[in-house]
Amino acid sequence: MPSPFPSLHRMGEAALLVAFADHLSMPVNAAVLAFRAAVDAADLPGVEETATSLKSVLLRFNPDLVDHVTLEGQIQALLAERDWISGEMPHNRRLWRIPAVFGGDHGPQLEEAAALAGMGADAAIAAICATRLRVMTIGFAPGLPYLGQLPEGFDIPRKTELNPAVPKGGLGLAIRQMVMFPVETQTGWRWIGQAAFDGFRQDATVPFALNAGDEILYRAVSVMEFEDSVAGLATGQDAMAEVLP
Amino acid sequence: MSAALQIIAAGPGLSLQDYGRPGFLGRGLSRGGAMDPLALAEGAALMLMPAGDALAIEMAGAGGRFRAEGAALLIALTGAPMVAELDGVRLPWPGSFLMPKGAELRIGGALAGSYGYLSVAGLQAPRVLGARSAHLAGGIGGRLAAGASLPCVPAPNPGGLKLVPEDRFGGGTIRILPSAQTDQFSAATLARFEATEFRKDARASRMGARMAQDGGGFSQDAHLGILSEIIVPGDIQVIGDGAPFVLLPECQTMGGYPRIATVISADLARVAQAAPGAPIRFRFVTLDEALAARTAAAKHRKTLPDGVVSRVRNPADIADLLAYQLVGGVISATHDPED
Repeated sequence: MPSPFPSLHRMGEAALLVAFADHLSMPVNAAVLAFRAAVDAADLPGVEETATSLKSVLLRFNPDLVDHVTLEGQIQALLAERDWISGEMPHNRRLWRIPAVFGGDHGPQLEEAAALAGMGADAAIAAICATRLRVMTIGFAPGLPYLGQLPEGFDIPRKTELNPAVPKGGLGLAIRQMVMFPVETQTGWRWIGQAAFDGFRQDATVPFALNAGDEILYRAVSVMEFEDSVAGLATGQDAMAEVLP
Repeated sequence: MSAALQIIAAGPGLSLQDYGRPGFLGRGLSRGGAMDPLALAEGAALMLMPAGDALAIEMAGAGGRFRAEGAALLIALTGAPMVAELDGVRLPWPGSFLMPKGAELRIGGALAGSYGYLSVAGLQAPRVLGARSAHLAGGIGGRLAAGASLPCVPAPNPGGLKLVPEDRFGGGTIRILPSAQTDQFSAATLARFEATEFRKDARASRMGARMAQDGGGFSQDAHLGILSEIIVPGDIQVIGDGAPFVLLPECQTMGGYPRIATVISADLARVAQAAPGAPIRFRFVTLDEALAARTAAAKHRKTLPDGVVSRVRNPADIADLLAYQLVGGVISATHDPED
């Protein structure tokens, strides 16, 4: 049976969704990021913005400027240009090295998450910090990255009850992914740590630090070093970023 | 002292709103902006100002007390009609008015609908990411509180104008289109969805509104387990208990609940404005019908200034005013936050 993907779905009168799979994988996510970059570069008339989920690209357009059938034809033509599931990532990506404190008051559900993943807390921290996590997409809240993928053991469910208030920089873990909250948030993800990172600075020239496709390496630090790093953020001393080849 | 609107007392849901900040969906920031953008344009038309850069105080459910500082101010009242008095004199709604220097404006509870708008000529606020709207969920701006002094300009004209507002405050039939996951619901479920009369749940916010009803839920018939997908305002997600939840302009940008349909742009403000408990039905329409409604709404917004007329004293108007006051007196006894 031929794959139904990539597939086009109308979302109301002014949005079109291009889905690359019904499940997440790193090659699918790479296809999403590459296709979004291609749509942006094509600068199609009437397209007002694009966004990604883990497995799809959304185009929001002005139906006064382009009709559905025309736009769908242009998207089909772009899709036919190559096999997007080739794993090739867009350029201009960065690798961020971000200090984070794990466990304790800064990550009260670390032990629980580690136990569900079948390991001790120290082994979980080591595994997380050894993984180069890709910013697979950004969404839900301003500047919130979905990071993945962690090793298979971390395929643990979200909690059914919500954590009432995970602080800014809080790290959540579930389903082989992590999220890093840019503002205090209510969440069902297990709260395992806190990063010294400011993902949404509304008054800055570059308000959103991360781009989808960037990578993050966390470095486990002491509470004291974490607090120094947070103080550094306030004076403009950022986490370290280098451009990926 | 320069011209300003002083907030003496604030209801619980006051914020500055313009048309929002589209363009940051891929950054996790929904467009936000006024729940009822037509009310912004109506306010501008009543003040004889351009609609394009309208900014107003959005008032959820009830208003507050305000004083004109430094100069006489030009104001307009639009959106959900509320009990309003200027120095003790009842004001008709919608309309534009001259607020003499030092005068006090009291705005009480909504008589119909949810969101009232207080426009002030020359109202200023800093731009964040290109817009002046508060985005409460995203931490941009915030609620307005007592003690705030909002800079504006001395009245450029005396107001005294009115218009006939489009009726959008009582719920009713909301037109919808399919969304990306509509085909995961069975024809029977979709038919029941269209046949059900919902009530707007009282726990609505700028992020979304739950639709209550007494029958069974509307979960997918074949549960496919959706990986989080991008949300656009208007999407109707079916949450865990099977209740439909209409996402409004300040919604999150990603969600894992299936979307049964999406509200057409021309009808979204009607969902936001419906009062708690107001009846709501959904009806699928064709894409052509949705686009025609979108075009008609844009034309209506553009031609608002043509419908603005002077409030003249004639017997017909006086009868209308009396009717408003009769209703207002009954409602304000329970809804006026000043009581």
